[in-house]
Amino acid sequence: MFLGALLGALINLNGSGRYIHWGFIQISVANLVVIVLMVAVFVLAILLPFPRRKGGGQ
Amino acid sequence: MSIDTGTPAETIPPAAPPHPSESHQWTAKVRHAAESAFPPDQLLPDRQPAYMASWIYVFGVLTVVSLAWVIITGCVLAIMGPSWWHVSSTGHFVNSLHLWSVEAFFFFMVIHLWGKFFMAAWRGNRRLTWATGVISFLVSVGAAFTGYLSQQNFDSQWISTQAKDGINSTGAGAVFNVLNFGQMLMWHIVLLPIGVLLIAGLHVLLVRRHGIVPPFAEGGDDTAGTVDTAPTPAGEPA
Amino acid sequence: MSADAKKRRRFNPDRDVRPWKGAYVPYDILKEAFVAFLAVLVLILLLAVVFSSPDEPAVTLKTWSAVDPVDFAQTAITELDGSSGTASYGPPYNSTPDASQHMGFFEPNQWFGVHQPIDTAQDFVITPLRTLPNQPLTQAAITLYQHASPAQQTAWTTAYEKAVANATDVNGRLHVPAGRYGPVGIMVGSLTNMAQTGGLDGTLLSEGQFYNTNYTKPLLFLADGSYLADKADAQHLSGDQWGMMNETGNYPGQAWLWLYTMWYQVSPMNSSTNGDLEVWVIMMVLSVGLIFLPFIPILRSIPRWTRVYKLIWRRHYRELASA
Repeated sequence: MFLGALLGALINLNGSGRYIHWGFIQISVANLVVIVLMVAVFVLAILLPFPRRKGGGQ
Repeated sequence: MSIDTGTPAETIPPAAPPHPSESHQWTAKVRHAAESAFPPDQLLPDRQPAYMASWIYVFGVLTVVSLAWVIITGCVLAIMGPSWWHVSSTGHFVNSLHLWSVEAFFFFMVIHLWGKFFMAAWRGNRRLTWATGVISFLVSVGAAFTGYLSQQNFDSQWISTQAKDGINSTGAGAVFNVLNFGQMLMWHIVLLPIGVLLIAGLHVLLVRRHGIVPPFAEGGDDTAGTVDTAPTPAGEPA
Repeated sequence: MSADAKKRRRFNPDRDVRPWKGAYVPYDILKEAFVAFLAVLVLILLLAVVFSSPDEPAVTLKTWSAVDPVDFAQTAITELDGSSGTASYGPPYNSTPDASQHMGFFEPNQWFGVHQPIDTAQDFVITPLRTLPNQPLTQAAITLYQHASPAQQTAWTTAYEKAVANATDVNGRLHVPAGRYGPVGIMVGSLTNMAQTGGLDGTLLSEGQFYNTNYTKPLLFLADGSYLADKADAQHLSGDQWGMMNETGNYPGQAWLWLYTMWYQVSPMNSSTNGDLEVWVIMMVLSVGLIFLPFIPILRSIPRWTRVYKLIWRRHYRELASA
């Protein structure tokens, strides 16, 4: 029973898609979310401080 | 009284074999070339240049492990065949893993590409590394495309009947028939994975060979002086 | 200096680097890969559990002919008279003259020729109908049609096309107004019935073979009608809807195809009969350009000019300044 719940979708993305029209651009909300996330992750990857490593120099 | 046992041929020490670089053997030559190009401590290094201090550097390895999950989940789908995921909830779940690992693969690969672009990572004789990276991307798009064709559902019906026009316009439709499920499935699970692995593998080996590109000089506009055009010694950045 | 004396050339910051003579730090490449491997597993498990994946069932000729027998019949007559999309496609399906896309003299589809031969009248209509047992009326109609002159055949098919434009769907049954279309009415009516029983799906796929994994014929027949295209349009999958990027439902699609599909939205490609070839040529040029970016002046200077690298290597520059 748990497996059935696990294997089904908790959020149902079927049904009619939502789309955004902007000038000649038409993009699905889903794709827009993916692209915005990519840009956000890229910016965060560059801006977030990277932990310092100890030791070892040449 | 002593017995003359003579000197059997086996006790004569053999002549020293030629140094691999001088050997005419294919095996020795290949091994020597591989060892020169990829010394073990460069193939699997335990140190990296201190300038690699940014999260942007993890997207290459994230791309590679995403590809690993694409292949692993694809292998599970292959065990049960292409129709399994339509009739089994476990199969559908594995298909979901396969789809999301593909989304993750492209997500991380494109961020990796953006990072490498802004680092101008082709500098210092790394143009082939850049080129194999771009080609990996293009071949991966092809591999994903044949995957969408192999779904055996409405989506694959639509994608195939639309894509045929683009592909036919180039003449490739004479051989590459996107409406032929059997052919597209074999491209997807045999030919294109081999292509992706070969090119991505070459890409990773080139990264190991030439190292990670150093930063731009301070100020970013160092035009003074000259640079040696001889190939980079293996492993050392630039 | 050795015989292959080192060549020296002017340093170009967009092409060259100075050798790194600075510090190295310890780094566990395999542990990093392993952690990333587990992290991505957790990510895809989460996504699969939360969102699953789409699986819209395939359309069949059976569902098409049941839901819209009029559209099916209107498509079938164009397959018989050679005016359908597939029949007039040109290579690789047939030799329709001037059908291949071209840019000037560049006409690769024509050069490669016919390699997936389809005769729509035979393959989509006559051959499937000939497999029907115990249908003497249908078999006689086909024989009459095949023995008629080309001019007579054209007269019949033209008359039927006019009539079927006003056809109606009466409880799933095709009703075509009367007309002087000879045996064609019986043929298309039989074909519609055959499709509605599911027999046409199997016959088009197998056509003489037990095993077949090549769906060219049923897919081309489906694509010639409006049913498949209307379903796709409703899901924003059509070419003029940036459909190449999209997935059914609210699932993310193939965002990486954004540039490929963008060209189909802009002039002149969006209204050109050679649009597919034109877009493909543009994308080939851009792809080759991306591969050879390190050789292209100005473009390869963008990283240095935009200075995003100053953020990426800010610790390095700080340490240099304090050293």
